[in-house]
Amino acid sequence: MMDLFDAPPEPKAEKKPASNLPELTVTELSLVLKRTVEDAFSYVRLRGEISGFKRAASGHMYMALKDTDSVIDGICWRGQASKLSVLPEDGLEVVVTGKLTTYPGRSKYQIVIESMELAGEGALLKLLEERRKKLAAEGLFAEERKRPLPFLPQVIGVVTSPTGAVIRDILHRLKDRFPRHVLLWPVMVQGEGAAEQVARAIAGFNRLPDGGKVPRPDLLIVARGGGSLEDLWAFNEEVVVRAAAASEIPLISAVGHETDTTLIDFASDRRAPTPTAAAEMAVPVRTDLIAMVKDMDRRAISGLNRQLQETARHLEGLGRGLPKPDSLLQVASQRLDDYAERLGLGWQAGLRSLEQRTALAGSRLRSPREVLDHKAERLAGLGERLNTALNQARRQAERRYEDRRLGERLDQAFGRIATDGNRHLERLDAQLEALSYQNVLKRGYAVVRDENGQVISTAEAAHAAGNGSVGFQDGGVDVVFGAGSFADVITKRTQPKPKAKAKKTEAAKPDEAEAKPENRQGSLL
Amino acid sequence: MADAIPQEISALSFEDALKQLEMIVKDLEGGNVSLDESINAYERGAQLKRHCETKLAEARMRVEKISLDSNGKAQAVSAEIE
Repeated sequence: MMDLFDAPPEPKAEKKPASNLPELTVTELSLVLKRTVEDAFSYVRLRGEISGFKRAASGHMYMALKDTDSVIDGICWRGQASKLSVLPEDGLEVVVTGKLTTYPGRSKYQIVIESMELAGEGALLKLLEERRKKLAAEGLFAEERKRPLPFLPQVIGVVTSPTGAVIRDILHRLKDRFPRHVLLWPVMVQGEGAAEQVARAIAGFNRLPDGGKVPRPDLLIVARGGGSLEDLWAFNEEVVVRAAAASEIPLISAVGHETDTTLIDFASDRRAPTPTAAAEMAVPVRTDLIAMVKDMDRRAISGLNRQLQETARHLEGLGRGLPKPDSLLQVASQRLDDYAERLGLGWQAGLRSLEQRTALAGSRLRSPREVLDHKAERLAGLGERLNTALNQARRQAERRYEDRRLGERLDQAFGRIATDGNRHLERLDAQLEALSYQNVLKRGYAVVRDENGQVISTAEAAHAAGNGSVGFQDGGVDVVFGAGSFADVITKRTQPKPKAKAKKTEAAKPDEAEAKPENRQGSLL
Repeated sequence: MADAIPQEISALSFEDALKQLEMIVKDLEGGNVSLDESINAYERGAQLKRHCETKLAEARMRVEKISLDSNGKAQAVSAEIE
């Protein structure tokens, strides 16, 4: 810069010379440049390593792509940035597509990135993916094509390099588990022609006839050790994949390490992560099998024995339940004996019993005379007993009579009663005397009676009676109650008239009182 | 019991023989076969077992390498790996 200003002033002087070159402004030039660049590089694929990557707040991505000598700025607008299949990061080798453009403000050119993919391996993977899709579409990888591996293969065909660790690993593991007959088909596993060799080997094993000079394997292992994607590429080749898919012999693929996946893995019947694992899949462990067979042998024997024992036990139990024929006969013959004996004894006993009953009945039979005698005897006995009883009763009565001196006691009792009665009578008489109305009469009272001797105690009764008597202590007097004259009395006597008043005591008149002295006497007795 | 293994059994693969043996053992252990059957089953089990043992005893490592003759025919030659 300084040089420019420090440049000798001479040129200024010669600034005059005119030119027909048109004069452009910076902007004009920039625009021309921009158009030129954009027209010439409207679509480029550019491979480079990302550096200085940053994502602006606006969402645009800025980065530089560089190789050993050059660098170019790159920009990815927000709209495209979200669609990138690769997440950019520094140091990443990528292939981008886009157009070139310029940035006039800084005198710069840059690439506007539209898509991005990983370079190198990325490109191979993309190819691989496309191939996988194509073959899968053909059905080579279909699950139903997979066949089960034989449990215990007789002959194992191995397709791999005759040198190197892979075949040794496989053979070692086979020997450990179950030594087998191994046929190795040596092939190159990488480089030019490797894929063809592998494919031919697979097909070659399949072509071996059954029972031929070379035994036909019943299991194939296609193996290779680990390596880069490019190293393993032979196993991604279509010819190998097709051979594996077409193999009639079940096939285990064991290519690379666990993380490596090649297309033959999709076509094989089983995929082993390593060659050693393939050997493990190929054969079971022999000692395990021996133990299993021995165990089953033991179990078969013990199962059979148990069943025999059980059957024997069952038979024994049934036999026990069966009664002995002897015992059946014994019971019957015992009963026979019993009945026979009772038969022999029975008629005798029956006869005896009849005899006894006859004798008994005979003994009970009485002759009439005997009966008469018996009755006479009883009669005599009874008469005797009657006399005896009579005498006895008499004696008893006498004895009782004497014992109790009844006669004496009767006299005494009678005397006592008589005296008592007299005494009582006297006493009553005295009382009677004391209570007698005679005494009352003695004191001046009189008793009024009607014609029939009934005592009149009221005036009314006296009027009703009409006449009567008044009793005194020394006799009675007839009276007419309430009479005014003798004529009345006469009348009254002939035709009695009611209403004659008389006083019981003081109204009594002497003629009336004398009327009936006998009446008093009569009433007393 | 020491008769030759019948053809029918010796033709069996190890796996099939083992499966049959297993079934026979289960039947015998279950005890639900008749006496005659169980004795027959046991005899057959013993033959299967011998067959299996024979197969197991056959375990012999033999490694051969395939080479192609001038006609492109495969030949197997004993190979020494290691």
